[in-house]
Amino acid sequence: MTSDPHYLDGNALGGLLGEVFAADLTTATATCAGCGSVAPVAVMHVYVDAPGAVGRCATCGIVHVRVVQSAERTWLDLRGIRALEMPRLPPPTSPPRP
Amino acid sequence: MVATLDETPTVRTLSLRVPDWPGHLPGQHVDIRLTAPDGYTAQRGYSIATPANGERIDVTVERLEDGEVSPYLNGELVVGDQIELRGPIGGYFVWEPSRGGPVLLVAGGTGVVPLMAMVRERARRASTVPVRLLLSARTFADLVYRDELDRLAAADDGFSVTYALTRGAPAGWTGHRRRVDEAMLAEIAWPVEAGAQTFVCGSTPFVEAVTSGLVALGHPAASIRTERYGAAGAS
Repeated sequence: MTSDPHYLDGNALGGLLGEVFAADLTTATATCAGCGSVAPVAVMHVYVDAPGAVGRCATCGIVHVRVVQSAERTWLDLRGIRALEMPRLPPPTSPPRP
Repeated sequence: MVATLDETPTVRTLSLRVPDWPGHLPGQHVDIRLTAPDGYTAQRGYSIATPANGERIDVTVERLEDGEVSPYLNGELVVGDQIELRGPIGGYFVWEPSRGGPVLLVAGGTGVVPLMAMVRERARRASTVPVRLLLSARTFADLVYRDELDRLAAADDGFSVTYALTRGAPAGWTGHRRRVDEAMLAEIAWPVEAGAQTFVCGSTPFVEAVTSGLVALGHPAASIRTERYGAAGAS
């Protein structure tokens, strides 16, 4: 059991980050700028009781990401992520299917 | 919304028809947004309970009395009403039969919802990938999808289900009568050498307890994928 059961995880950021990034970011691996650990974004501890969402490193706890949305704008702070690695999207060569 | 089904006294499945739905993988979720007349919006993530099925998706929602979104979805919303959603979301907490096994699924309460999409897809594909599900709930009446799970397990095609009730069990109950612990996991989990993929979904304390139990038994942390839900909601 944890002493602080209020967090969720990076799966909960999928929709928010999906508005910003073309690729699914929950499967992207993030390198922590604090401790150097490498883990999927889905593993991050996410606090949604703030005005926005705050994602923290599951290993060392530093803030990886903050996302705040208003009706018109998204504000994204990726301070604690040194690198993101994700599969490339398929090339946009095939015509759209009906 | 095209239909509803009451799964337990507090849990309801909403069947939604989503025009131009692109399909989804078992385990993915949607974000549902409600907007009040004054413009205030509230948004929560809800797992999809069903495999891809054209424009139809089912979400299963537990009514949280002090919740902002669930009392509306599971209470006010009626067939024919429209809601705003986006998805499918998430590529991490997903499994389909082509990813092989063996697989251990562990759910607390409505944490079973995304796992049910996996179990249903396995059945729909007539897959024989070995899958074990351990479902924990407060009482017998709180076991979401129990009839269907029992039916699928009775097919004896490599799927099995074990229940754990934490707040009392009916007379004659032969399942577990306690919270999921290391001893229960030792009994139900695949041997470490089997190299199983594990998916755990539930409240944060539940997920932490199950994950640390599995790691203590020697299962590699990287083989365990987790999804936490809470009253605070997702997104």
